Amino acid sequence: MLYDVTIDGKNYRLDLNRAEGRWSCRLDGRELEVDAVLARPDVLSLRIGNMAFEVKSERVANDLHLWVGSTRFAVEVRDPRSLRGRTRTGDDRGPKKIVAPMPGKVVRLLVRDGDEVEQGAGVAVVEAMKMQNEIKSPKKGTVQKILVSEGAAVNAGDVLAIVE
Amino acid sequence: MFKKILIANRGEIAVRVLRACHEMGIAAVVVYSHVDRAALHVRKADEAYPIGPAAASESYLNIPKILDVARRSHADAIHPGYGFLSENAKFAQACVDAGVKFIGPTAAAMNAMGSKTRARQAMEKAGVPFVPGTSRGLESFDEARQVAERIGYPVMLKAAAGGGGKGMRLVYAPDQLKSSLEAARSEAERSFGDSEVYIEKAIMNPRHIEMQVLADEHGSTVYLGERECSLQRRHQKVMEEAPSPIVDPDMRRRMGEVAVRVAQAAAYTNAGTVEFLVDQQRNFYFLEMNTRLQVEHPVTELITGLDLVHLQIRIAAGEKLPFTQDEVRIRGHAIECRIYAEDPDNNYFPSPGKITLLLAPSGPGIRRDSGMYEGWNVPIDYDPLLAKLIGYGTDRDQAISRLTRAFSEYFVGGIKTNISLFRRILRDADFRAAKLDTGFLDRMLKRTEDKAVDSKSADVAAIAAGMFAELGAAVPGVSNGSGRAHEATRPASNWKSASRREALQ
Repeated sequence: MLYDVTIDGKNYRLDLNRAEGRWSCRLDGRELEVDAVLARPDVLSLRIGNMAFEVKSERVANDLHLWVGSTRFAVEVRDPRSLRGRTRTGDDRGPKKIVAPMPGKVVRLLVRDGDEVEQGAGVAVVEAMKMQNEIKSPKKGTVQKILVSEGAAVNAGDVLAIVE
Repeated sequence: MFKKILIANRGEIAVRVLRACHEMGIAAVVVYSHVDRAALHVRKADEAYPIGPAAASESYLNIPKILDVARRSHADAIHPGYGFLSENAKFAQACVDAGVKFIGPTAAAMNAMGSKTRARQAMEKAGVPFVPGTSRGLESFDEARQVAERIGYPVMLKAAAGGGGKGMRLVYAPDQLKSSLEAARSEAERSFGDSEVYIEKAIMNPRHIEMQVLADEHGSTVYLGERECSLQRRHQKVMEEAPSPIVDPDMRRRMGEVAVRVAQAAAYTNAGTVEFLVDQQRNFYFLEMNTRLQVEHPVTELITGLDLVHLQIRIAAGEKLPFTQDEVRIRGHAIECRIYAEDPDNNYFPSPGKITLLLAPSGPGIRRDSGMYEGWNVPIDYDPLLAKLIGYGTDRDQAISRLTRAFSEYFVGGIKTNISLFRRILRDADFRAAKLDTGFLDRMLKRTEDKAVDSKSADVAAIAAGMFAELGAAVPGVSNGSGRAHEATRPASNWKSASRREALQ
């Protein structure tokens, strides 16, 4: 199967196929000998040639990270035959969702519907474990909609507001 | 000996105490707040009692509720852990009044040590060395000015009821004194409900070294060696080790004897810790006494071979210390790392949430005291300490290499932790050379670390991403559900649209 993979912003084309218990692998055209065992969900034992790696998978809300040893990589995987994911590529045009990075309580809203915000401006304050964290706007724009109220409990990944 | 002990705490320390109870054949009763029903200490307990909502004031800090559980469960003693009610003299007294033994010092000893200024007055009588300054709260700005002139700048203003860096101000020059005094007073009032502030000569780049003491109820007090606690972030300890790299046997004996005098001056019983500031000439000054079991007690346990919680329980049950000072031996080196649920990439902001994957290290010289497990949801309501990883070796270098190895095995997924911070500290040249002081960590964190782009690992990640998808692990975008179902139902059109888009770009 063919995959478009983005690792920390760098694009790869990966072709992985299994036949008769053996993998064939091409990474950006390079032929590699690989073999993999899913040791448990989220833990992959991977061999490339005779080099052995343990890779951990971590997903929080919509973000996927893979850990190779102690190094963390932000990962996006797209099946090039699928439209899904293609629209998620990160440019600054269009509405942006501002999500809670951790569970907590919305203690303060710093903007209202229709306000103009600069990139990096505080939008809401979320408190967790007795600490307050200002959630910032990822882009300059107009606050299209605020989806939470002060005092609301939120989970990681919940949309707080949309900036257009 | 007690038959049943109530543990009035949560998290890793509740589990730690629970283990000691079970090792000693004592039943363990725990209490839990509404959000802690699934916590590890509840899972491991013999009896568990709900005590109310998440807010600590309505649960873990609620004395009547906890004493009610002690009565209903027929517990004969209460272990308070650290934090919460552990240094609350009213609670210690309420236990006495309720006929249940408090595993810790008496209310009178806590009161003697609870206020930094009162402790200082008592200790001056016992001939304990102090940082020059006042042992009473400042009456006025004029008094502050005069004392500061006498002891010389820089000076430190400190809240008498303080802790954790609150109500503290470092003053370099006379013209900053007035505003700093006002700021320290109002912060002390806000944080502790007590605006009493005193003044000391500031020791620049001090080390923070503390001495463990243990006193039975028959008049014997011993010291069990020191712990180096200089690695702090914003006055919160992050990493502790024993012995201190700069303390030799003679200095240890002198510090230990002072610590014993401090404890005896307060008629102290059970486990306690005497904290010292140590300047660059290795002079040590009494700072305060912590009247509880410390978070970092495991490093002392590893280098002395003693179990402090067992000993706390034996002392509280009226037993005599089973050894003398001369029999205490220090062997090897231990380092503790406090694993917090906090995000190193986001200014160490707390990061509660669900632990999706937990790979725990083990092997030679590794001890892990933990309150978490895979699948557990770290609540947003409490201190972010999740676990402690402690490395032990024949010497400091071996302890460091074992911890480094253990951190390569340790993985906590789903939430952010400060594990990467320890990897960085452990390879820091100054840390490895034991050049430590309380400013070490803040200085280290100000330096940006060059992050070499590891293209080989990135290639590995790219292949792994595809493998996870192939082998059925959930990967967004090609998650087994949507991606493939899509492919099955409308492969051609998707493929076509994708190619068209590509052609258009």
